[in-house]
Order: sequence, then C-alpha cells, then structure tokens
Amino acid sequence: MPQMTRLRRRDPAPSRLVYRVERVLLTPFYRGLVTTGLPVLAVVMAFVLLLSDANRRDVIRNFVQDVRNEIEQRPEFMVRLMTIDGATEDVGAEIRSLIPVEFPVSSFDLDLDAMRVTVEKLDAVASATVRVRSGGVLGIEVSERVPAVVWRTGAGLALLDAKGHQVAPVDERSDRPDLPLILGDGAESNVPEALAVIAAARPIEARLRGLRRVGERRWDVMLDRDQRIMLPEIDPVTALEAVIAMNEAPQEILARDVVHVDMRRPDRPTLRLGPAAAADHRRTIAFEMGEN
Amino acid sequence: MNDLYETQRAMRAMRNAAMQRGVIAVLDVGTTKIACLVLRFDPIDHIDTADVVGSLAGQSRFRVIGAATTRSRGMEFGESRALQETERAIRTAVQSAQKMAKVRVDHIILSFAGGKPRSYGLAGQIDIDGREVEEADVARVMSACDVPDVGDERDTLHAQPVNFALDHRSGLGDPRGQIGHNLACDMHLLTVDALAVRDLVHCVTRCDLDVAGIASSGYVAGLASLVEDEQELGAACVDMGGGSTSVSIFMKKHMIFADTVRLGGDHVTNDISKGLQVPLSVAERIKTFHGGVVATGMDDREMIEIGGDTGDWERDRRTASRAELIGIMRPRVEEILEEVRARLDAAGFEHLPSQQIVLTGGGSQIPGLDGLAPKILGQRVRIGRPLRVQGLPQAATGAPFSASVGLCLFAANPQDEWWDFEIPADRYPARSFRRAVKWFRDNW
Repeated sequence: MPQMTRLRRRDPAPSRLVYRVERVLLTPFYRGLVTTGLPVLAVVMAFVLLLSDANRRDVIRNFVQDVRNEIEQRPEFMVRLMTIDGATEDVGAEIRSLIPVEFPVSSFDLDLDAMRVTVEKLDAVASATVRVRSGGVLGIEVSERVPAVVWRTGAGLALLDAKGHQVAPVDERSDRPDLPLILGDGAESNVPEALAVIAAARPIEARLRGLRRVGERRWDVMLDRDQRIMLPEIDPVTALEAVIAMNEAPQEILARDVVHVDMRRPDRPTLRLGPAAAADHRRTIAFEMGEN
Repeated sequence: MNDLYETQRAMRAMRNAAMQRGVIAVLDVGTTKIACLVLRFDPIDHIDTADVVGSLAGQSRFRVIGAATTRSRGMEFGESRALQETERAIRTAVQSAQKMAKVRVDHIILSFAGGKPRSYGLAGQIDIDGREVEEADVARVMSACDVPDVGDERDTLHAQPVNFALDHRSGLGDPRGQIGHNLACDMHLLTVDALAVRDLVHCVTRCDLDVAGIASSGYVAGLASLVEDEQELGAACVDMGGGSTSVSIFMKKHMIFADTVRLGGDHVTNDISKGLQVPLSVAERIKTFHGGVVATGMDDREMIEIGGDTGDWERDRRTASRAELIGIMRPRVEEILEEVRARLDAAGFEHLPSQQIVLTGGGSQIPGLDGLAPKILGQRVRIGRPLRVQGLPQAATGAPFSASVGLCLFAANPQDEWWDFEIPADRYPARSFRRAVKWFRDNW
C-alpha cells in the first residue's frame, strides 16, 4: 500500500550529509564565511552590478536630487525676510547691497558662514552673527565699530576705532569735532597709545589740536598757537603728565611764549622759546652780563 | 595485552588533545536515552600539578555548554543490536548538543552499561631492595599482577590500582618516595564484551568522532551520585537504567567491584504493556505519570485512563486502578532489587565498614521506591541525584543523568589506570629499540 509508506513518520535523526554539513558549518572558518563573508560579498556584488550601468546611476542620482529638492522647497524651510539688527541705516543699506538674496529662498541654499564673512569684511562692522530664525527670517545681528579718532592722511580724513581699524571715511574735520585728530606716518597702527596720551591730556583739552606721529616712533602733542609737546618714544603718558604738572605750577609754561616743550629726554625737559621771548631772554642775559 | 595498552594509550592521547582544544563531548549511551553533553575546559596552565585538586573538587575547571538527550534506538541491555539505528540516535544527540554549544566537537568520551562487565581483583608484588619507590616501580608492580583468564572476546575497560602495600603497610594511595623491600599492589580489572565495545566505537567513528575514552556507566554513575564520604567509607551505587541496572561498589575512593543486572525500567514497561494490554508507548506514559510500588487504599479509587487504540472511542475506553498498576510494577522492581542484592552479596558487600547503598538512574524515580528498597537492600538506602556541575541545564540535573554527569567528572579528573604508567622495559618485545632506550633511561 503506497499510501501507508507515505504516512510513515519522518526519521528525526539527521542524515549523514546534513550531519556533516552542520559540523562543517560549526567550524569557525566556514561559520565566519557563511555568516559574514558570503552575505557581505553578495551585497557588494549587488551594488557593483547595480551601479555598473551609467543610465541607472543617472536615474539614481536624479531621484536623489528630486527628493532633495522636494524637501528643500517645503514652506517650512523657506526664508522670506531679512532683518538687520544693531546697524545704523547706512551700514544696513550697505549690508543689504552686499548680500543679494532673492526672497523667498530655501534655507538650505543660504550659506550663512559666507554671509557672515562678507558682512564682517565691512569696515564699519566689528562682528556679525547670521542665522535663520523661526518664521522664515534671515536675521543678521551686527555690532558696529565705534569711531574713536579722526585720522588725517594725505588722501583725506578717516575715522578709526579704538583699535586702529578703519571705520569710515569723513569729508571734513568738522563733521566729527568730538573726536581727537591724529596724523603722521604710522599713526593708525598706534591708536591705543594715542588714546592714552589724549586721555592724559584732558587738563589741556581745550588747547589740544591733535597728535602727530613723528618718524613712526613717537608722538607730538599739537596745541593751538602752534605749540607742541614732543613726547618720548617710551612712556609718553608720564612725560605728558610731567608737562601738565609743570603747566599747573605757577609758572604756567604753556601759557607763555614757548614753541616746543621737548620731553624726548624725559629727565631733561627742554623749552624752545618763541622769537619774541627768545629776543627778550637774550636781551635780559646781555643786560645782566653787561651791567655786571 | 600490549595491544590493549596501546589502544588505551591512544585514547588518553586523544583526551589530552581534546583538553588542549578545550572542548570535549561526553556521551552516555543507554538503553532508553542517549545523552550528550559538550564540555568546555578552561585553559590549562596547572595541569602538571595534578596532585592538587582545585576548588569544587576540580569541577570548576569545566563548564557544560551543550546538552542534548534523545531516545536511543537499536539498543538492548545497554548494547547495540542495530548499528545503523544506534548511529542515527548518536548523531541526533551529538548534533543537537553541538548546536546548543555552537562549537564543533571532535573528541568524545563514551559510557555504556552493557557488555556483561565482570570485575576481577588482581594482586602483584615485586622486590625493590630497600630503595625509594619510583614511578617505574609502580609500573612494574602493576605489570607483575597476574592477570586471570578473562576469556576470549573480552576487553579491559578499567584497570585501576586500588591499593598499594609496602612491607605490611597497606592502604597506601601513592607509594612513591617511600622506602621498603616488598611492594605489593591490588588492582581492579573490569572487562566487558569486546564486541559490544567494538560496535559502539564503530557507531561513534561513523559519526566522524574520535573516541577519547570509554567508561563503564556503573562506575561513572557512582562518581556522580556518591558523596565523598560514601566513596571513602564504602558504598554501592545502583544505577537503575532502562535496559540494565548497574551496580558498582566504591571503597577508599576507588571502584572495587562492578556488575550489571540485565533488568531495568524497560522490563517494567513491558510488564505493564502485557498486563494492561496497551501499546508500549502508552505503558511507558502510564508508568512515568502514575507508577509506584507502594499501594494504599486511595490507589484503589484512583482510576487511570489507559485508552484503547481501536479507534472506537465511544466503547473502547478502558481504565485501570492505580493499585492494579502498582500490582504489576512492584514484583518486577522487587525482582530487580533482589538481583542487585544477590550481586552485592556475591561481591561481599556485607564485609564493608559502611554499607550505604545509593539508588540512582531513571528507575530510582519510581514513587515509593525509598520504602521498598530498604526491605530488600537493607536499612542504609538513599535515592541519589548527581552532583551539580556548572552550566548543566535544569532538565539534565535529575537522577536519570547520573552517568552523564559522572562522565563529565571522569573526563575532567580521570583516575590513574594501568596504562597511564610507562610499560616496564621487560614488557617490550625483545630486540626492540625502544626497549634499549627504556633500559638506558631506567638505569641512568
């Protein structure tokens, strides 16, 4: 009866072949080959075969690009507006002209770092942060440079901040009468020192016309009536304070007919008298010598 | 006998190779089930200091990482009657144990109960002329034991030195280093049917496995289920298996006698099958679920559905009371225990200082056996479960697995046997080059 034989229960024992194959698979080398090596090989081969066709590569690339575009163009990622905080109107307008963005634009297409670098390249800008804020706003926060001195060169006048960085050009000195004037070669690279000297010169502020850098090494304090105080290279502030102290003494040297107060040797201040005073002085000496 | 020496040496070498690899399997081939355990050994760095037994009696060195049991096929009385069937059963067990262990095993240690084991006590003595006993002397005295005629077609399974005596000082475990004139040795020799061993080894080699040792299941069951004191003071282990019941007597931590009764749980099942007229599988099920050996009044009322296989479910629904079942089982169990008693008496068990008897194996799980056994075997009977070893699944910790667990212990710490010592020079064939080398080594 063939039916009966088919109904016979299957032998639970593994056949010799199955048993041997299983033992082979349990040896570490073949086990690693089957569980790791072959699958990895198959996946790699599948990729290689898939990508070997140029058309298929293009299809894949286009598909990826499409998906990417679709996500980028979603309204959640669109930027519609630019705000500039902390900048004066002129600077703001300049920034707007520097960053030509056609709104609306996807935030993925904005290179915020490059924008920041562009903005910071402006003379008037000390630092800037650029970020896309919620609501699709491109926010640029600017901290401007504060002009500290007016700098006169052969080409014209410019404003410098406390560190000597150029802020903006000015047309006339009288545009910014509140700021002190510096001039001379190398003046712009020693602005902090110049500011210290100007701070020390506060008692004679009314008479101060400006500071001149002489020989790219030291400062001359220019006062009205063409008086000048020649300061040393080293420690000019102390020298200036000494002059001011002399001025505040009853002699009031700066009120007299003195052209130069020479402090280039701080331990030996030297005065150059004006022509009238010098003649008078000489006459006095001659008189003293002649009469005696 | 040198031939046997060589094969046993080869098996020992195989065992050492397995130890180096760290993985070895033990296979207990029984009549009803075949159990295979895969052991992983820790890297051996202190194997040479073998005198020092490690923590947990040296069992902490290995761990069971795979275990599988399968119904054995083609086995009768612990011997293989159908080699292909047995081979398939072994394959099943080994494969699933390997699968669980996730490692391939190549070396296997076997135990089996069949082959009509017969044990002999051997004695030998040599003169050593008042010098220190050396290892070569131990080998010599063991070779000097006069081997009885064990008969044709018999193989030696164990040949263990159990006692050394040096000039009337007996009971030495290790005579090396002591000084005396006359060294005597008692050896326990266990022989089995060569054909039974050959059949099993054939089945195992057909499974692409190397045999790294063979043990008698009575011996290894004793190793697992006798506690240390019992092994020391003298005790008998009765491993009640499916096809045969093995008896082994231990004394001073050595097996001194082993025998089998060719009766077991299968005969009980047979009796139930015949008595209640049910198929063998149903009989086996009834035996394991409802079996017992002590009937009470309650058992008269407890009816067991024994079913009928005729397909006529409406009319052919038979029941038997549990008392009936017990009435069938009890005489057979009594017969087995009486046979065991007879073997123990023949071995002179009553002369031992302690006469503890430990029942183990699947048959020892019959409810009420602890009440029946003392009536036949004497008062000091307990039901033993095997030692706990690391990593053994819960399902394999019961009494039926005594031999398997004992085989693990045997694999980890085998007892010194006769073939673990060098053959003395005079046992080599004359004119052999190795004999010359040996003579030089012994004399210089």
